[in-house]
Amino acid sequence: MDISLFYFLLLGFAILMYVLLDGFDLGIGILYPWFNSDAEHDHLMRSISHVWDGNETWLVFGGVILFGAFPTAYAQLLSTLYLPIMLMLIGLIFRGVAFEYRFKSHSSKIWWSRAFAIGSTLAAFCQGLMLGAVVQGVPSDAIQGSSLQLVTPFSLFTAVAVVAGYALLGCAYLVMKSRGDIQHKAAQRGRVLVWVVMLAMALVSLFTVLSDDLIWQRWFGGWQTLWLLPLPLLALAAARLLYRDLGRVRKSHHNKEQVTEKHEDRPFWLAVSLFVLAFAGLLVSLFPYLLPRQLSYQQAVAPEHSLWFMLPGVLIFVPLILAYTLWGYRIFAGKVEDFEEGY
Amino acid sequence: MDIDSAQLSAILSRIQFAFTVSFHIIFPSITIGLATLIAVWEGLWLKTRNPVYLQLAKFWIKPFAITFGMGVVSGIVLSYEFGTNFSKFSELTGAVLGPLMAYEVLTAFFLEAGFLGVMLFGWQRVSERMHFFASCTVAVGTWISAFWIIAANSWMQTPAGHKIVNGRFEVESWFAVIFNPSMPYRLSHMLLATMLTATFVVMATSAWYLLKQQHQTFARKGLSMTLWLALVLAPLQALVGDFHGLNVKEHQPVKLAAMEGIWPAREANVPYLLFAIPDPEQEKNHFEVKIPGLASLLLTHDWQGELQGLQSVPKADRPNVPLVFFSFRLMVGLGLLMIFIAVAGLWLRKRGTLYQSRWFLRLCSVMAPSGVIAVLAGWYVVEVGRQPWLVQGLVRTMDVVSPLPAERVTLSLSLFVLTYSLLFGVYLYFFRKLIKKGPPELADLQQLKVGVKASGYAVAFTKNLADETQHKGAH
Ligand code: HDD
Ligand code: HEM
Ligand code: HEM
Repeated sequence: MDISLFYFLLLGFAILMYVLLDGFDLGIGILYPWFNSDAEHDHLMRSISHVWDGNETWLVFGGVILFGAFPTAYAQLLSTLYLPIMLMLIGLIFRGVAFEYRFKSHSSKIWWSRAFAIGSTLAAFCQGLMLGAVVQGVPSDAIQGSSLQLVTPFSLFTAVAVVAGYALLGCAYLVMKSRGDIQHKAAQRGRVLVWVVMLAMALVSLFTVLSDDLIWQRWFGGWQTLWLLPLPLLALAAARLLYRDLGRVRKSHHNKEQVTEKHEDRPFWLAVSLFVLAFAGLLVSLFPYLLPRQLSYQQAVAPEHSLWFMLPGVLIFVPLILAYTLWGYRIFAGKVEDFEEGY
Repeated sequence: MDIDSAQLSAILSRIQFAFTVSFHIIFPSITIGLATLIAVWEGLWLKTRNPVYLQLAKFWIKPFAITFGMGVVSGIVLSYEFGTNFSKFSELTGAVLGPLMAYEVLTAFFLEAGFLGVMLFGWQRVSERMHFFASCTVAVGTWISAFWIIAANSWMQTPAGHKIVNGRFEVESWFAVIFNPSMPYRLSHMLLATMLTATFVVMATSAWYLLKQQHQTFARKGLSMTLWLALVLAPLQALVGDFHGLNVKEHQPVKLAAMEGIWPAREANVPYLLFAIPDPEQEKNHFEVKIPGLASLLLTHDWQGELQGLQSVPKADRPNVPLVFFSFRLMVGLGLLMIFIAVAGLWLRKRGTLYQSRWFLRLCSVMAPSGVIAVLAGWYVVEVGRQPWLVQGLVRTMDVVSPLPAERVTLSLSLFVLTYSLLFGVYLYFFRKLIKKGPPELADLQQLKVGVKASGYAVAFTKNLADETQHKGAH
C-alpha cells in the first residue's frame, strides 16, 4: 500500500475514534438539560469524569496527524475554518474545566453545570458546522471573506445532526452505565433520537449524492452499487435493533422487571455501528479529498522522510494506546456508583 | 486586504499566540514537578509505611488534578493554533514539527490521559502497587511530553538536520533535528524549572501552615523535604543556566546581546549589568549599575573577552531589547533568591530553629508563585529574544502568519482573554480553597483501604467514609 494512503486512513481512524469516544461524552453534556436534579447531574458527570481527557486526546491526535502528514491541508483547513474552530475550543475549555470545578463548588455549582452543558453543545455544534462546510466545499476565498459563508442551510443542518448523533451515543452510554430513572430516561430520549438521527443521515446522504455528479457516479454508476448497498441496509438494521432494545429497557422499567445485561450494553454498540457506517459512507463519497474538489490527500502529503519517521511510532504506539485505554475502561467497568470515589 | 490591516492581523495573531501559550505553560510547569513529587511520596509510603507520605500524596493530588485539567484544555488550543493563525508557518515546517508533535501525542499525551483516570479515581479499584505504577506513568508521561515539545521548540531556535526544498523544510537527519544544538540545555533547564516550581509551591504551603500553626507534622515534613530538594535543584539550575547561556552566545549572539544589553558591534571587557534601562532608540543603556569585565568573564572565561553586540545587525533584525533584558534579570534574580532560601534553610536547620523562625517561614510562603514567574520570564527571553525570526535565521515571523481579517482575530483574542481571565481567577480560588481545607486526617487515611477490590465492600466502605467526612465538614 502507498504510504500516503496509509496516513489518509490513519487520519480517518483518528477522526472516527474521536467522534465515537468524545461523541458519547459530549453527548452526556448535550443531554444534561434533560435531567434536572443535582443527584442526576452528579451521576452524569461521574460516568465520564475518568475518561473524557483520554477521549479528547484523539482530537489532538487527529490534529497532529494532519499537521505531520498533510501540512498543506492542516494549514488550509484550519485557517479557513477559523471561527468554528475557535468557538469549538472555547466550548471544550469550559466543559473540560467543569469536571474539576463542579464537584468542588457549592454556590457556583449551577454555573459549572451550565458551562458543561453549553460548552459540550457548542463544541458538537461547531464540529457539525465544519463537517457541513467541508462536505459542501469551502469557498476558496473563505479565509478573507465573511465567516458567515460557512453558515449555510446545509451546514446548519449537519450541525444539528451531529448534536443529535452525539446525544444518541450519550443515551446509549447511559443505558449501559446507569440504573433506574436515569437509564429509563436515557432509553426514552434515545428512541426519539434514533428517528432524528436516521432522518438526518438520509437527508445528508441524499444531498451529498445529488450535489456532485462524481459522487453520484461513485454510488450508482455501475456494479459497485451492489458493493455499497450493505452500508445503508446495515445502518437501517442497526437502527431498528437499537430502537427495539431501547424500547425493551424502557418497558422493563414500567413492568419493574430486570433487563438483561445484553440489552443494556447492546444499544451502545449499535449506536457506535451507526456512526461507523455513516463514516464509511462519507469516506466513499469524499475519497480522495481532504478538502472536497480542491485538495486531495496526495496533493497535501508531506515528504516521505517524515511519513516513514512517524510510521514506527504509529505501528507500535497505537496498538499500545488501544490496549491501555481498554484496560482503563475495564477498571471502571460496570455501573456508575453514586458516591465520592477516588482522590 | 490592505497592508495595514494585514499587519494588524499578524500582530493580533502573535499576541494571541503569546497569550495562550503563556497561559498554558503556567500549568505544565506546576504539573510536571508535582506529578513527580506525588509519585515519589507514594513510593516512599509503600516503602516505609509512614502515613505522612500518603497524606502528602493524597493532599497534593487535588491541586494537581485541577492544574492538570487547566493544562489539558489550554494545550489543545495550542495544537490547533499553529494551523489557524500561522498557516504558512505550518505549511513550511509541518514536515519537521508535525512528526515531533505526533510523537508527543503518541508517547505522552495518551499515556498521561490513560493513567490519569486510574491515578485520580482508581484508589478503591486497583492494588496499591498498581496505583503507584499509574502515578509513575503519569509523571513519566509529563517528562516525555516536555522532551518532544522542547525538541520542537529548540529546533526553531537552533535549526539543524533539515534541508530546504522548494521553499519548504524537509528532514535530512531526524537525530540532528531532535538533538539540535540547544535542545539538551533547554530540556534539562526546563525540567529542573518545573521541579523547582513544584518544590516552591509545596514549600510555601507548608511554611504557611507552620505560620498558622496548623497540621504541624504534615507541614514539617513538607518543608523539610522541599528545602533539601531546593538545596540540590536551585544551584544545579544556575549551573545549567550558565551552560545554556554559553550555548546562546554560540548560536544566537544577537539574543545574547539583548539579554546582556550590549550595544557596540563588538566589545571587549564587557561589564555585567546588574541594572540598566536599555534604550533601543539611542542604542545605549541608561542608569547602568555594573561590574566591570564580569560578563566577559562569565561568557568567554576571560576578563578581556570580546562579545558581539546589537549593532552588528540592522535594527530590523533585533528583538525587543528591554523585554528580553528585564525578563532575563527577573529569572536570574529569582534563581539566586531560591538558592539563598535553600542555603538559609540549611543554616536554620543546623541551628535547630527552622520551624520557628517566622521571617523565614514568611519568606518561604511568599515564594509560592516564584517558579511560575521565573518560567514565564525564561520563556520570554527565549521566544522574544529570537524575534524577528520564527525559525532562527530562516523564517521571519511576520511572513508566515495566516492572512486572516483583523476583526476575526480580534474576536477570538477577546474571547480568549475573557475566558482565560475568568478561569485563572477560578483556578486560584479553588487552589486556595483546597489549601485552606488542609490535608486529610491521618485517622481517616489509615482507615481508607487502598485497592480493596471486592467491589461490594469498597462501595459500602467508601460510602460510609464519604458520609463521615461530610459530617465532619459540616462542623
Ligand atoms: C513548539 C513551539 C513553541 C513552544 C514550545 C513555545 N513557543 Fe513561544 N512561540 C512559538 C513557538 C513555541 C512560535 C510559533 O514560534 C511563536 C508564535 C509567534 C511567534 O512570534 O513565535 C512564539 C511566540 C511566543 C511569544 C511572542 C513573541 C513575539 O511575538 O514577540 C511569546 C511571549 C512566547 N512565544 C512565549 C512562549 C512561552 C511562555 C512558552 C512556554 C511554553 C513558549 N513560548 C513555548
Ligand atoms: C507551544 C507549544 C505547545 C503546544 C502546541 C502544546 C500542546 C499541548 C496539548 C495539545 C496539550 C493537551 C494534551 C492532552 O490532551 O492531554 C498539552 C498539555 C501539556 N503540555 Fe503542552 N504544549 C506546548 C508547550 C509546552 C511546553 C513548553 C511544555 C513543557 C515543557 C508542555 C508540557 C505539557 C504537559 C506536561 C501537558 C500535560 C497536561 C498538563 O499538565 O498541563 N507544553 N500541551
Ligand atoms: C539562576 C540562574 C539561571 C540562569 C543563569 C539561567 C539562564 C537561562 C538561559 C541562558 C536561558 C536560555 C535562553 C535561550 O535559550 O534563549 C534560560 C531559559 C529559561 N529559564 Fe533560566 N536561568 C536561571 C534560573 C532559572 C530558574 C530558577 C528558572 C525557573 C524555575 C528558570 C526557567 C527558565 C525557563 C523555563 C527557560 C526557558 C526554557 C529553556 O530555555 O529551558 N531559569 N535560563
